[in-house]
Amino acid sequence: MTEAFDHDIPSFPMARECPMHPPAEYRKLRGQEPVSRVRMPDGQVAWLVLKHDLARKLLADPRVSADRLHPAFPGRLTAEQRAATERVRRLTTRRSMIHLDGDEHGAHRRILTGEFSLRRIAALRPRVQEIVDRSIDEMLAAPQPADLVEHVSQAVPSLVICELLGVPHEQRRDFHEWAGMLVSRSVSIRERAAASDALNDFLEDLVTEKERGEPTDDLIGRLIARNRQTPVMTHDEIVGTAVMLLVAGHQTTANMISLGVVALLENPEHKARIAADPSLLPPAIEEMLRYFSVVENAPARIATEDIAIGGVTIRKNEGIVVSGLAADWDDEVFEHPDRLDFERGARHHVAFGYGVHQCLGQNLARVELEIVFETLLRRVPGLSLAVPAEELPYKDDAGIYGIYRVPVNC
Amino acid sequence: MHITADRGRCVGAAQCVLVAPAVFDQDEEGLVAPVTVDPAGADRPAVRQAVHLCPSSAIRIDEE
Ligand code: HEM
Ligand code: SF4
Repeated sequence: MTEAFDHDIPSFPMARECPMHPPAEYRKLRGQEPVSRVRMPDGQVAWLVLKHDLARKLLADPRVSADRLHPAFPGRLTAEQRAATERVRRLTTRRSMIHLDGDEHGAHRRILTGEFSLRRIAALRPRVQEIVDRSIDEMLAAPQPADLVEHVSQAVPSLVICELLGVPHEQRRDFHEWAGMLVSRSVSIRERAAASDALNDFLEDLVTEKERGEPTDDLIGRLIARNRQTPVMTHDEIVGTAVMLLVAGHQTTANMISLGVVALLENPEHKARIAADPSLLPPAIEEMLRYFSVVENAPARIATEDIAIGGVTIRKNEGIVVSGLAADWDDEVFEHPDRLDFERGARHHVAFGYGVHQCLGQNLARVELEIVFETLLRRVPGLSLAVPAEELPYKDDAGIYGIYRVPVNC
Repeated sequence: MHITADRGRCVGAAQCVLVAPAVFDQDEEGLVAPVTVDPAGADRPAVRQAVHLCPSSAIRIDEE
């Protein structure tokens, strides 16, 4: 693409002025060119989709592919960073539904949809509650100020995924530590690669063991049993699916917990109202999901044919970044998008994506968020930030937005 | 109102069950299983919302 050498193509990701708001540039671009060309960190040019209706349209279009290994697939890394993190990427690019298209995606997804039905997720509530209670106990017992991220935000989703996958209790601490190292700022690339290898080996062994023995009563055990009856996945793809559930379900939920708690603490009036009536929580959570739309650029795609959309033509094999955050701040769809309005009652945000890849774990995520917020408000009514919200270390450099540490007094 | 739910298109996101539980349910496989294909008047706005929210266009209103 010759336009790649134009100098007026803005770079992606764009900087935020306010940690709680999307980059101001989105608003300007949305008005001018709702499908805009942007330069990715590796120098390739991709299309950035900024309007809600166009985002939904593209994500539901059969002419886009989710093939993350395609050379033009838009990513957040420079070429050097990509080379340096090759080993970590080996973990996250294993074949699973999130990479697949068409019928193959359908088969990989349908063998698991039963595991995520509302009934199944409701049955997990007591276990999630126990996990949340134990995490809060640890936070209360820690020296003050304690880090909400370490004790609650990171711990809860990691332990819930262990529960889901059937990770034996004595191995959960290791699992949690490795998962944390994948995204930690304070470990070297070498250590991160080692953690990634350890997780890879661990999940490989977990699946192999479950394949050998009697079927176990957990998601992986049941997946193996169903897959024996109607083969859909290879052994490698079952391992890839376990890895993907960890990658898709961990940092997303963790960051939503951190941002959501800060949002509640910064809105004391709403917080009091919700504490008095927890039935107000589910709509408040939908609004937090919209407002933060933390998975900013995972819904990326490759055009498999020319696609005319929003006044431009996306050519075959060009990359597309569908910014859920930009779509969810589209003021033609959400009035005053900059207002965090816990009573907005809007569910049509794309924080979980749209189309056939829309988050499979969304109803588990909703339950985790609800139980964490409800329990914190009930058990730690005096919870407060130990530093002003503006001074928290926000994840400006990460693919999933969030906060690195949230020091709190309990 | 008459509706059709297409299990072949459904991806089990459960948006429909969340907004219109009187009309939509999920089967063992987590795929859409309508409780009724002729929703009562009071449920119709929720059905329209479900159609709008469904990520895979798996539910359709054939007759208003
Ligand atoms: C608040 C927390 C979460 C957010 C914001 C979130 C967001 C997303 C988004 C935006 C996608 C679409 C990616 C794309 O279109 O390429 C997605 C896919 C997915 N998510 Fe989540 N997610 C969350 C929690 C979870 C949890 C807890 C799990 C399960 C343990 C999970 C499992 C998945 C899976 C399996 C997919 C791939 C679905 C497919 O390709 O068909 N997510 N998620
Ligand atoms: S909203 Fe659509 S995809 Fe989700 S369960 Fe209902 S019919 Fe299936």
